[in-house]
Amino acid sequence: MAAGPMKMRATLNGGVTDVRVLMTHPMETGQRKDPDGKLVPLHFIQNVTVKLNGRTVVESQISQGISRNPVFTFRLKGGAKGDRIEVSWIDNHGETNQTETAVA
Amino acid sequence: MRINPIRRSLVAVLAAACLKPFAALAATWNKDGFGAKTAADALKALGAGNPLPSKDVLIEAPQIAENGAVVPIEITSNVPGTTSIAVLIDKNPFPLVGKFDFTAGALPFVKLNAKMGETSEVRVIAEAGGRHYVATQEIKVTIGGCGG
Repeated sequence: MAAGPMKMRATLNGGVTDVRVLMTHPMETGQRKDPDGKLVPLHFIQNVTVKLNGRTVVESQISQGISRNPVFTFRLKGGAKGDRIEVSWIDNHGETNQTETAVA
Repeated sequence: MRINPIRRSLVAVLAAACLKPFAALAATWNKDGFGAKTAADALKALGAGNPLPSKDVLIEAPQIAENGAVVPIEITSNVPGTTSIAVLIDKNPFPLVGKFDFTAGALPFVKLNAKMGETSEVRVIAEAGGRHYVATQEIKVTIGGCGG
């Protein structure tokens, strides 16, 4: 499965911006077997970066131990309606994807 | 064929410039930590060999996970000056699940979904001022999420 769509929502709640992001990715552990009994190769997101108005605020390193189609929630200090949030990822094959939204 | 030394060095400089961004990206993934097969080795790779137990590191997760493929874990660090949070699941084949570095714009908080092969201690390490703090919680798993 190639990189699928991402979904993101950023909402301001009492001075804190909640960023909830969903990534479409198989997150293969390299230990699962396909119906023919062959191991499905390791394929997983390694880095997730969150930016607020172009400035990096969270840098994540993750493993194949994260569930398929990963969902993360991050919390940013302050923020204002209309602030730009960008989230990007890169996997162990070098595939990448990114999405952006405005704080609502 | 005569090799033009100027062109040669130019090629080398360009090649280095092209390779550098990839090297920088690769460096942000802790290969030793993620490759470790025990929590103790992963902690060592994180430079957090002997973390201090702390009540200021909070784990919110189910005590019993019905489905080990998707176990929601929410982490908050109330340790002042927390700059990173790492999550380890002791009994997973590779315990280190993630490490999150926060700058001044972010709160030391993350919610994620992890896979768990079996019932295990979940260990969360918060780093603040060069020191490491730990909290643990056991999560019981009725159906594992790492096999297939």
